[in-house]
Amino acid sequence: MGAKVNEIALLLAATLAAGTPLALAGLGLLVNERAGVVNLGAEGMMAIAAVTGFAAAFLTGNEWVGFAAGAAAGAAAASIFGWLSLWLYTNQYATGLALSLFGAGFSAFVGSGYVGKNLERSVVAGIPGLRDLPFLGPALFRQHPLVYLAIALMAAIAWFFYRTRSGLVLRSVGESPDSAHALGYPVRRIRMAAVLAGGALCGVSGAYLSIVYAPMWVEGMIAGRGWIALALTVFATWRPARVLLGAYLFGGVTMLQLHLQGMGVQVPLQFMSMLPYLSTVVVLVVISRDPLWIRLNMPASLGKTFHPGS
Amino acid sequence: MIRLEARPAPSRTWSVLSPVVAIAITVVVAATLFALLGKDPVRGLEVFLVKPWSGTRALTELGLKATPLILCAVGLGLAFRANVWNIGAEGQFLVGGILGGGLALVVTANQIPVNRWAFFPLLVLAGALGGMIWAGIAAFLRDRFNANEILVSLMLVYVADLFLSWLVFGPWKDPRGFNFPQTMNFAAETAVPRLVPGMRLHWGFLLALLAAAGMWIFVHRTYRGMQLLVGGPAPAAARYAGFSSRQALWTTFLLSGALAGVAGALEVAGPMGQLTPHVSQGYGFAAIIVAFVGRLDPLGAVLAALVLATFSIGGELAQSRLGLPSAITGVFQGVLLLSLLACDTLIQYRPRWGRR
Repeated sequence: MGAKVNEIALLLAATLAAGTPLALAGLGLLVNERAGVVNLGAEGMMAIAAVTGFAAAFLTGNEWVGFAAGAAAGAAAASIFGWLSLWLYTNQYATGLALSLFGAGFSAFVGSGYVGKNLERSVVAGIPGLRDLPFLGPALFRQHPLVYLAIALMAAIAWFFYRTRSGLVLRSVGESPDSAHALGYPVRRIRMAAVLAGGALCGVSGAYLSIVYAPMWVEGMIAGRGWIALALTVFATWRPARVLLGAYLFGGVTMLQLHLQGMGVQVPLQFMSMLPYLSTVVVLVVISRDPLWIRLNMPASLGKTFHPGS
Repeated sequence: MIRLEARPAPSRTWSVLSPVVAIAITVVVAATLFALLGKDPVRGLEVFLVKPWSGTRALTELGLKATPLILCAVGLGLAFRANVWNIGAEGQFLVGGILGGGLALVVTANQIPVNRWAFFPLLVLAGALGGMIWAGIAAFLRDRFNANEILVSLMLVYVADLFLSWLVFGPWKDPRGFNFPQTMNFAAETAVPRLVPGMRLHWGFLLALLAAAGMWIFVHRTYRGMQLLVGGPAPAAARYAGFSSRQALWTTFLLSGALAGVAGALEVAGPMGQLTPHVSQGYGFAAIIVAFVGRLDPLGAVLAALVLATFSIGGELAQSRLGLPSAITGVFQGVLLLSLLACDTLIQYRPRWGRR
């Protein structure tokens, strides 16, 4: 009995750990999309940040330098996307896709020198006092600080969106850029800020994967998490708390496959590994069934190019 | 301060010039990168751009690399024009390869006597079927449930990849393959007939050119193709003309899927001769770049595929001759697409100096 409970606690802990990169990236993309910009470059930004963050952490021996480097790399990659799509009016879908392809190539190229190198697994202290609670301690309170940071970030973004003037401006830029422009708000700069913030968060997410979660660099290690994070924003109907919830759900699916294997369920490894991708498809199907529901919740200008002065 | 002013009509000049300028930018970036990495840029460019075109063998290898790119990009160009975002050609390629490879495997394992020329069309059909099934799933989910086709078709790439991995690690593994994740070598009769004796270039290359020509006629010379062209930029006009976007969705998904599937089957039964976990070298993704560089036009795709094939072989040569990681190809592919998108702005806009 005790062993069983312990196992559930560990499964919960693993779910939080696996959900965190999706939450970080998903929240970043949410900020993007609430400003009316859809950046399909998430996967590429995460890959670039994963290798940059890993290299920084590897060279300095400090994981926080790695996260900062990841955030900077993600924002830098996002700035390419922002400049093209906001100032040169390129198609957001094509540009994001281009960034994803570039990121895959760039990360593989830069990372070829870091394949097979290992970081020391970071020692997780957990939250003092709470970490020794029975069940709850191992389940919730012995996580990497970024796990808690992701939760705090969700709260901060929700507060920003719904309780601050700047958040209102950001959302109105996403709903009706022309009106915001007419009222004198610098639509393109606001969108750029959102794009950079989104890139930085995708960057932290990528760095978390290579520094904490893996912890190593291999080509293709993002494994579609950027695309899943994009699907998360749809799943969440563009609400912060639901992004976090969705991220943990997907984290749970990822962990479930390992757990089932551990329990000796006779399903081939590859079919287990399909679960996150198949669940993404299922989730998209279920949530998109009603076009009206999506249209009501989606930022109205999402994906559309904004031309000032037209 | 430079600002952009909308042109009264799209510039035809820039529409043609843009890919050329983008390629030039990529070459400059490449030379700079070579220099930064401590390599002689001239020698670097020679290895990267000239060597892939030097000699009969090199040219046939170029054609071999271009074949899957042409096939995938011809279909994707049609889809993108109709504003249908099939991003999952890589997955459709893999499933086409699985079905084509499966067919070859059945023939091989049961020692069925086949004629090379009789097997070739069967192989192509199997590949097309595989690609259509995989693309059809995304089209169906979009059509019936409104699920975003970009994300769905992309998720299916990972699923196809894992499925292939399961096959070659599991039921299709060569029992005498020393436990390597690969099928047995296919019988010689299942191989795609060669085009040039002694070289790996096969009839699939001609098939790809044929597909491009056929698609060109479809797009530019038939009523149906024209409707697809109109449907992309002006959906309202297309609806007015009685052409539904549903039809565009299904047509373009099935066509592009079939072509990607054929590419997969040809790759498996052509140069590979067996199934391994690494059937594709990212052809389905590179083809997205090919389609855009080729102006979403079938004949443009042929030219652009040759450029991307050059990059790809150039990357391999850069690894063996310059000691650079072959992943450098991916960097240049990305730079090419990003610069192309930037240059494409000049089709619709004219830069103006001074403040407004």
